Amino acid sequence: MSDAVIITDKLTKRFGDFIAANELTFTVMPGEIFGFLGANGAGKTTAMRMLCGLSTPSSGKASVAGFDVYTEVEKIKLNIGYMSQKFSLYEDLTVMENIKFYAGIYGLSDQEIADKGMALLQQLDLEKESKKLVRELPLGWKQKLSFSVAVIHKPKIVFLDEPTGGVDPVTRRQFWDLIYDAADKGVTIFVTTHYMDEAEYCNRISIMVDGFIRALDTPDHLKQQFNAKSMNEVFYALAREAKRSAD
Amino acid sequence: MNAIELNNLTKTYNDGSITAVDHLSFDVKEGELYGLIGPDGAGKTSIFRMLTTLLLPDEGTAKVNGYDIVKEYKTIRNIVGYMPGKFSLYQDLTVEENLNFFATLFGTSIKENYDLIKDIYIQIEPYKNRRAGKLSGGMKQKLALCCALIHKPTVLFLDEPTTGVDAVSRQEFWEMLGRLKKQGITILVSTPYMDEAGLCDKIALMQSGKILSIEKPQAVISNFNEKLYGISKGNLYKIMLDLRKYEQTVSCFAFGDALHLRLKSNADDNVSNIKMYLKNHGYMDTEVKEILPGIEDCFIKLLG
Repeated sequence: MSDAVIITDKLTKRFGDFIAANELTFTVMPGEIFGFLGANGAGKTTAMRMLCGLSTPSSGKASVAGFDVYTEVEKIKLNIGYMSQKFSLYEDLTVMENIKFYAGIYGLSDQEIADKGMALLQQLDLEKESKKLVRELPLGWKQKLSFSVAVIHKPKIVFLDEPTGGVDPVTRRQFWDLIYDAADKGVTIFVTTHYMDEAEYCNRISIMVDGFIRALDTPDHLKQQFNAKSMNEVFYALAREAKRSAD
Repeated sequence: MNAIELNNLTKTYNDGSITAVDHLSFDVKEGELYGLIGPDGAGKTSIFRMLTTLLLPDEGTAKVNGYDIVKEYKTIRNIVGYMPGKFSLYQDLTVEENLNFFATLFGTSIKENYDLIKDIYIQIEPYKNRRAGKLSGGMKQKLALCCALIHKPTVLFLDEPTTGVDAVSRQEFWEMLGRLKKQGITILVSTPYMDEAGLCDKIALMQSGKILSIEKPQAVISNFNEKLYGISKGNLYKIMLDLRKYEQTVSCFAFGDALHLRLKSNADDNVSNIKMYLKNHGYMDTEVKEILPGIEDCFIKLLG
């Protein structure tokens, strides 16, 4: 377990009397695609914020990319990537400006930014569009670009918070091709989604209900365990029991 | 009679450089539950904002309950309910104050139309003294629906009511819509979730301001008119990459725990040929069978 990228042990977050995340214990291995599911208000966002070093836990232990979530949050932030559908790229900046901005934020040198920027443009086949404003790009390209800038500093883990919401079916699947490709190269993927078909693409899945992790296994094992035909049925069986519905 | 009629309705932005809604025409019958299905950028919100008289079209006309959206906008505002995609109630008013406010605006009261919202309101009534800003996503959604209904509209416009909502709450929401439909309210609802399309009477599949098809959900599927193959078991990502190289392949995409494959021909021996191809690439235990398409398969095919 020592080479796990995320290790949590009874990780807990309280807001007053309310326990948003309750004794979460799990590990995520390098190159794993880990699906983090739960109904609205189950505690996913709270848990993700702790793992990204944005919120101090109330109790329990956790390390992310080898760094402690209490004492080494700045190191965590440098070693993870983050992308969500809601916020990723600056629409009023050009493709190249976005790349430079993110690379700069992650502390890459000017030389590295120039080299990596060009390499990235080539790889994404976006060389001709480098001076275009991001808002002019088709959605599929925007997605590729935002994923690529989220991993520009070669993080060990990338957190994807509902990366495919509102995206058309082809673009959504092309995005998963990117995820598989990154995981194949050893990047750990920690992803939340409301699309249950996407849950099937994960190596392992955890399902949170009312602050607890109620299930954690491979999609196949979970379907067996809950005697269900699809992940959708597994999710229903668990999420229907939820008592609380806070966000 | 048609509750909603669009005739070449068009909306552009940025001095005409972006066409959000491109000469769209369709009719929604009275009492119909009509779905606009499409991803971000399809033009769904622009359509809603024109039909609710909040945005002027560049070209074309539209009518709601027979009233023109430009000339008779004041009448339309009195008879429609609108739930925008973005939560737009007063965050620092309580649940009850918000509902009262909207009822009063339309010259009615909660009591007068309580029957219509009862089903939904009883679920948030325990929190009626809580400020709207402090509600959870699911409860905000229910309150917004109550506020859109409190003046007993004849047409209800719901712009992506289920986006970002978990699978269980989404199902509950659609059950509520089914009950409203039974009361005779016409509902135009948009969603990026293709699996919700089957719950509508009729759906318009949309992409980039254009309509790809308008059909009953069942007809969309029967119009697929081509064989579809499901492939399961094994390392599906690797199998998908190899199948995309198969000379007969039109498209191969992941659909949950299976791959969906379209081929150039509908020949009877396709299944055995696919199996043979996979065996030659080292996949011995992969299952291949003919399957029925879903709405997403149809959408992907329509995208070309």
